[in-house]
Amino acid sequence: MTVRGSAILVAAVAALALSQAAPAPAAEAAKPDRQSWSFQGPFGHYDRAQLQRGLKVYREVCQACHGLKLVAFRNLAETGGPEFSEGQVKTIASEYKIQDGPNDKGEMFERDGRPSDRFPSPDANEQAARARFNGSYPPDLSVIAKARSYEVGLPGALADFFRQYQEHGPDYLQALLTGYQEPPAGVTLPDGQYWNKYFPGNRIAMSQPLQDGQVSYTDGTPEKLDQYARDVSAFLMWAAEPHLEQRKRIGFQVMIFLIIFAGLMYFTKKKVWADAH
Amino acid sequence: MSELNLKNPVLRWFEARLPIMSFMHHSFVTYPTPRNLNYWWTFGGILTVMLIIQIITGIVLVMHYTPTTADAFNSVEHIMRDVNYGWLIRYVHSNGASMFFIAVYIHIFRGLYYGSYKDPREVLWILGVIILLLMMATAFMGYVLPWGQMSFWGATVITNLFSAIPGVGQAVVTWLWGGYSVDNPTLQRFFALHYLLPFVIFGVVILHIWALHHVGQNNPTGIDVKSNKDTVPFTPYAATKDNFALILFLMFFAYFVFYIPNYLGHADNYIPANPLQTPVHIVPEWYLLPFYAILRAIPSKLGGVVAMFASILVLVFVPWLDTSKVRSARYRPMYKQFFWILVICCIGLGYLGAKPAEGVYVIAARILTFYYFLHFLVILPLLGYLEKPKNVPPSIADSVLKGRESDPMPARAGARR
Ligand code: HEC
Ligand code: HEM
Repeated sequence: MTVRGSAILVAAVAALALSQAAPAPAAEAAKPDRQSWSFQGPFGHYDRAQLQRGLKVYREVCQACHGLKLVAFRNLAETGGPEFSEGQVKTIASEYKIQDGPNDKGEMFERDGRPSDRFPSPDANEQAARARFNGSYPPDLSVIAKARSYEVGLPGALADFFRQYQEHGPDYLQALLTGYQEPPAGVTLPDGQYWNKYFPGNRIAMSQPLQDGQVSYTDGTPEKLDQYARDVSAFLMWAAEPHLEQRKRIGFQVMIFLIIFAGLMYFTKKKVWADAH
Repeated sequence: MSELNLKNPVLRWFEARLPIMSFMHHSFVTYPTPRNLNYWWTFGGILTVMLIIQIITGIVLVMHYTPTTADAFNSVEHIMRDVNYGWLIRYVHSNGASMFFIAVYIHIFRGLYYGSYKDPREVLWILGVIILLLMMATAFMGYVLPWGQMSFWGATVITNLFSAIPGVGQAVVTWLWGGYSVDNPTLQRFFALHYLLPFVIFGVVILHIWALHHVGQNNPTGIDVKSNKDTVPFTPYAATKDNFALILFLMFFAYFVFYIPNYLGHADNYIPANPLQTPVHIVPEWYLLPFYAILRAIPSKLGGVVAMFASILVLVFVPWLDTSKVRSARYRPMYKQFFWILVICCIGLGYLGAKPAEGVYVIAARILTFYYFLHFLVILPLLGYLEKPKNVPPSIADSVLKGRESDPMPARAGARR
């Protein structure tokens, strides 16, 4: 492309970035810091051990209140995920009770989980969950890592395009889980409300779910709040985008193919047009 | 028109009964194209490919998608998780819609720059405006299908616009919804129409290409083809060039699909639709933002709706609003400047469409909306009288060999040969 052509391309991308930069979420909330994630960038991939630790945090803490209903136990063994063995997945699944039925007598019954089941939610329905939390609702976490973001402004959105930065969701989760504070002087919070620097509006109905030392890690990873938050955020990113590794791998192959194809096509075109004048 | 020499007797037999092969041969092989076409002319082919990609991925999505409020969101997630390469199909389809609009906007501005709408191409141009309208309707209804928060609230805001119609407004909205709010009947009819409209677009595209082949392509000089020295056969000349451009475009497309598939989307659409909770900002997809800005710039609801539709319909009248005798902006020094001001104006409207409708943003949106209409309704007609065009080359062939003055849309292929 000519210099002008590429200037116009950059302008077009800038225009797109402009439209992406603009939506402003609710005021007050602090902007999350950028973390460094193993799965960012063109060759990004999940860190298996981290996903396994993240699952442990989810199961021992978050699961008491949040569902993960779109994820099946069998997914835990699939490539590009935590890659537990089939046996481990069977064990994990069997630790859950699943509602099944109706049976021959027309009754619902409970049985042990199987790898083909999905994670059961802690509450029977949204109303039951709201009743438990003064009307607040702990959202299902299956796609939460893609359902949260933060404003980046214009140069930021443009830079994200070129850097392929898509990890705003996990950044936010990490910030949210570590962002609990005493409310500012003069603010009294009613029972069941807590102050979080990163939550839109700051008043959140979830008490600080993670504390140092709360979940025991067997691989020597520090048992610290910051580490727990990081691990569970990475795990939730996998839960939201289980085929990320395959996507990036195929993307690279497609790009190589297209670059070679474009090169061949360019010279073909040049040759064809050579005798036109 | 060279004759198609079929050797195979079966094909000859068939050709004598339905001359489709010679038709294709005339249309896509020997068809004469101006020899000076630049890369801005490759977007028509790119658009055709994008339409086909959308239709194929769309049909595969339908095989796994469920159009009910209870299941739509989860069925899209089922596609993303459980269907083999479902994530690929869906990301190609959702980003494909954006690429489709990037290509169509470039294609339209190409037409405005080189005067491609002028006599004898008015019908060709109007068919293009109809395609744009159909695309907007299709994309809007497609965005409702995953039934996320933006799907639901976008549908609510846009369908509510019809309540501005005096007298029958509310009745029309109830009729569109199939009830008293956006709900299951709305989703189902949007799904039916989202499936149908791309095929209507396909039909209009065929008319568009028919009209094109009847009147012939415009070219960067805007002057008519006078002899066969001015043209080259479509195959291999235009074909190789179109293909090269298409591959570059597909690289741009693939970058989104594989590396930043959610860049152009809104995080809120991964939250299942909730009629009881309004998102902080309801914003349409980026390609509708300029029109959304115009809609909100006008203080009255009815006025906003009228202005929004007028901003597209005004394009229909451009062939008659432009009074210049010269087609191409290459030879129109004043129009060239105003063209770029219009481009900036439209990008500015897009930016404002994404901003909340308050304070300085509203004022800016009003100024740009005013300017948008000023361009078409006042500047364009006046320029034909005020401007003194530069000398137009005697023929296309001459223009390729010399006279390559400053040209913001460089005739790259013409320039290097
Ligand atoms: C004691 C119950 C409880 C536990 C345990 C819990 N949460 Fe929550 N969570 C809630 C409630 C209630 C809300 C809703 C908060 C609101 O809307 O104010 C919530 C909201 C959230 C949100 C949404 C915030 C937003 O932006 O809307 C996220 C993300 C979240 N929790 C993640 C987690 C993670 C990760 C864990 C485990 C480390 C966890 N939660 C553990 C009760 C809990
Ligand atoms: C003019 C061509 C088309 C355009 C511009 C278009 C646009 C869109 C858009 C913007 C979405 C929302 C994507 C998302 O955010 O998930 C969508 C979804 C969808 N479209 Fe299309 N579409 C086109 C053609 C088709 C066709 C021909 C079909 C079926 C035959 C189809 C079927 C679907 C289905 C099932 C969905 C919901 C699944 C999903 O959200 O990914 N589309 N479309």
